[in-house]
Amino acid sequence: MPENASALHLVLTGDPTLFAIVRLSLIVSLSATFIAALIGVPLGALIALTRFRGREPVIVMLNALMGLPPVVAGLAVYLMLSRSGPLGSWGLLFTPLAMVIAQTVLVTPIIAALARQTIEDLWLEYREEFAAMGVGPLRRVRTLIWDARFSLLTALLAGFGRAAAEVGAIIIVGGNILGFTRTMTTTIALETSKGNLPLAIGLGIVLMFIVMLISTLAWGARRAGERFSG
Amino acid sequence: MSTRAPATDLPIRFSEVAILAGGVTVLDCISITFSAGAPTVLIGPNGSGKTTLLRAAMGLIRPARGRITWDGSEVSPPTRRAIMFQRPVMLRRSAAANIGYALAAAGAPRAERAKRTAGLLSLVGLQALAGRPARQLSGGEQQRLSLARALARDPAVLFLDEPTASLDPAATKAIEDIVRAVSTRGIKVVMATHDLGEAKRLAGEIVLLHRGRIIESGPAHSLFAAPTTDEAKKFIAGELLV
Repeated sequence: MPENASALHLVLTGDPTLFAIVRLSLIVSLSATFIAALIGVPLGALIALTRFRGREPVIVMLNALMGLPPVVAGLAVYLMLSRSGPLGSWGLLFTPLAMVIAQTVLVTPIIAALARQTIEDLWLEYREEFAAMGVGPLRRVRTLIWDARFSLLTALLAGFGRAAAEVGAIIIVGGNILGFTRTMTTTIALETSKGNLPLAIGLGIVLMFIVMLISTLAWGARRAGERFSG
Repeated sequence: MSTRAPATDLPIRFSEVAILAGGVTVLDCISITFSAGAPTVLIGPNGSGKTTLLRAAMGLIRPARGRITWDGSEVSPPTRRAIMFQRPVMLRRSAAANIGYALAAAGAPRAERAKRTAGLLSLVGLQALAGRPARQLSGGEQQRLSLARALARDPAVLFLDEPTASLDPAATKAIEDIVRAVSTRGIKVVMATHDLGEAKRLAGEIVLLHRGRIIESGPAHSLFAAPTTDEAKKFIAGELLV
């Protein structure tokens, strides 16, 4: 098909429009994943290692939020950032930062829930030895996060995969503005509806490459964990 | 590990101790004293309370009734005690790093850790496997590493819960040799085992438990030679205690 040939040509020749879109997509998704990790890993560890009233409903809620529909997350962030919203005066709507916020909202529960499960499983395994060795609370947390690092990296990659592949949230809060907030997924949706298939297919190829790369990295992280840490 | 004069934390004294788990009495009316000297070996069938007694003596379980004292004190942080569990959990790091971790947790100065780690690995015969991930070691090697990790705490009292369970004769001998070596150096060993042969080889004193109670206790040679209770006679004769 000529569209496929043109799409491949765009990718292989490093089309500036295509790669500007890829660059913005990666910046937004990596930033969101980084912020979500800063929030999600300590939050997951806190829930895993503490006992408080209402803990189980919190875990159920966190797990449920892993499936938060992107359009709902986008709508919530839109209502917060819109001119009449509580943060409207910041003027963030339809900016890349708004997209980072929306993706952070989506990804944080994923990372927190996976981190909670990972750290709690390891804690159940280690707790008697910790007690026997007289390990203090801070050292316990540090040890659990360090020893679970490969599984936690997989959780981060899962979060990044979710961020990079979603379209609903960022199209609502970013507005899909050419050269400013247009990402791979929003471009694919728009260009497909316009019938401009080469660019849509080219971005699809890049997106699939990124998804495959993430999967490979997640697999590699687990293998490295088994090999070097047991 | 260092040779030391008589331990602190000893004697460990149980007075009329009862321990419950989920409403079930696991240990009942236990009165016993662990003093410095040759290893004390707890024997008895499954569910007799050996593991619970070790954990209580370590300070990991509180009694529902009665008192446990360490050198006369009811409150004693387990800084001079160490325990090796029946199924030890290896931390996800190398064999040497597992010992280094225990040393750090015990507050050993950073400058001493490498030397002490090497010494402990050598004691348990794992120096050639120092860099290998601990979880990739065989069952016997993991038991030895766990023993080294317990010794990293420089304990006065060492509790061993079925340290040779499911090990082959060579691995069992390696563990028993280490137990003898650490006992000779003045560390009080309190150990649970199913294996009567092992109890005969290692014990200075024997405590026979059945259904959460002490049936009989005393010097190993006299208890094995002339048990006084029917349960002890049956157990030592190799009959099933149910």
